[in-house]
Amino acid sequence: MDNLCLVQAKDISIQFGDRQVLQEVSLSVRQGQVVTLIGPNGAGKTTLVRIILGLLAPQSGSIEKPKNLRIGYMPQKLHIEPTMPITVKRFLELARHTRATPIDAILEEVQIKHLMDHQLRSISGGEMQRVLLARALSQTPQLLVLDEPAQGVDVAGQADLYQLINDIRSRHNCGVLMISHDLHLVMAKTDEVICLNHHICCHGHPEQVSMDPSYLALFGKKEAKNLAVYTHHHNHHHDLTGEVVEHTHD
Amino acid sequence: MTDFILRALLAGLCIAIVAGPLGAFVVWRRMSYFGDTLAHSSLLGIAIGILLDINLQLAVIASSVLFAVILILLQRNKTLSTDTLLGILAHSTLAFGMLILSLSSAVQINLVGYLFGDLLTISTVDLWWIAGCAAVVATLLAVYWNSLLAVTVHEELARVEGVPVDRLHAMMVLMVALLIAVSMKIIGVLLITSLLIIPPAAARRLAETPEQMALGASVVGGLAVCGGLLMSYYLDTPAGPSIVVAACAFFLLSYLAPALLGRRVQ
Repeated sequence: MDNLCLVQAKDISIQFGDRQVLQEVSLSVRQGQVVTLIGPNGAGKTTLVRIILGLLAPQSGSIEKPKNLRIGYMPQKLHIEPTMPITVKRFLELARHTRATPIDAILEEVQIKHLMDHQLRSISGGEMQRVLLARALSQTPQLLVLDEPAQGVDVAGQADLYQLINDIRSRHNCGVLMISHDLHLVMAKTDEVICLNHHICCHGHPEQVSMDPSYLALFGKKEAKNLAVYTHHHNHHHDLTGEVVEHTHD
Repeated sequence: MTDFILRALLAGLCIAIVAGPLGAFVVWRRMSYFGDTLAHSSLLGIAIGILLDINLQLAVIASSVLFAVILILLQRNKTLSTDTLLGILAHSTLAFGMLILSLSSAVQINLVGYLFGDLLTISTVDLWWIAGCAAVVATLLAVYWNSLLAVTVHEELARVEGVPVDRLHAMMVLMVALLIAVSMKIIGVLLITSLLIIPPAAARRLAETPEQMALGASVVGGLAVCGGLLMSYYLDTPAGPSIVVAACAFFLLSYLAPALLGRRVQ
């Protein structure tokens, strides 16, 4: 693990009014590493991500990242004004391209090339997440920051999306920092899990964290059991339209 | 046709062409009340200009820009909601302007002309002001188009990608202020925002991309100016309301035409 450290947060604290949202939170993401932030609603996960992205200034603590670090950000959701006519292709063209990456190639990578000329407002939740992922990839990112990437995606689609993110990580050798509620799906592909509830409750390898008493206290035994159960493999696979297809990954 | 109507037509077309794309941003960013506030405050600019006996066009531009800056600053330290803030500023500046005008009774001014626009008042100098400011705004829009659009679609995404969001937002507000200041004479304080709102709204139905909507709005605005001024010339109606009525007709047409045509096909 002597890969390049992409971002290092040290003792981040922030308060909104009287509420201590983050208390001395430290984390780091290295090249090629997947770090997953988990935690209950209102635990400060999105706030932490916004601080790391530089959208919000912490009250104390520091963020260190290399100069000109290319970050691809996938926000939690995208609200498109009803008065704004915009196609998927035009939306991706809005990105400031750090290097000339053809939009076709990016759309192919996230498997939504067929949506290129569709209106952004007409596509489904799952397709929208892939469009946002494509926008993040347009930055040729060294670090991908994903805020609940599988939000609004059906169960079969979620597994696909996480597989895609994992493929992207290995293909581009980028670091990934993501917030996720889908523990059972991300555990297998995560190098480090950070369990956050205003402060870091526990962190480490997924198996290690799922046994940790503070993790069990936060999520209960039931959720932990689900993790143990989820070791079987499907013998088939669904594509985007729901059709059964032969195994392609694994 | 006489000279004054030609001047008014040229001035109106300059404004409409720029108001199309700028107005599209006003619609997308939900800034219409913002435009109204700036327009109302420009009446205070006129009153102060008359009081101090300085060039009225300059006074209006200066006051619009000043109020735009005040609005940008007030918006940043969110103590009041933007909506409330705009409501307070819009009406108190209008009231102050009217008070000052009524007290300085030494000068008789054509108040209705300022409120609703007057064709006869467009001089050659005014035309140059309008053309110059329209050219500046059009150039800025063309140069920063993609960044402005990125900020409008998703501000945080644009910020992470390195777009200077705050500067672009300020530029947008100043452009709206400038256009409103120069077009006040022809369309009037009370109706000016409609030229920013109605043409983009009319173009929305037929547009597939932001660019189509922006350029479509320019076309609709240009047609509305031509139609409105013709009406004003032949029927002796006030310029501002005539242009707005024409724009409104295009808006209704764009919404009703697809439905009517669709029915005929079935």
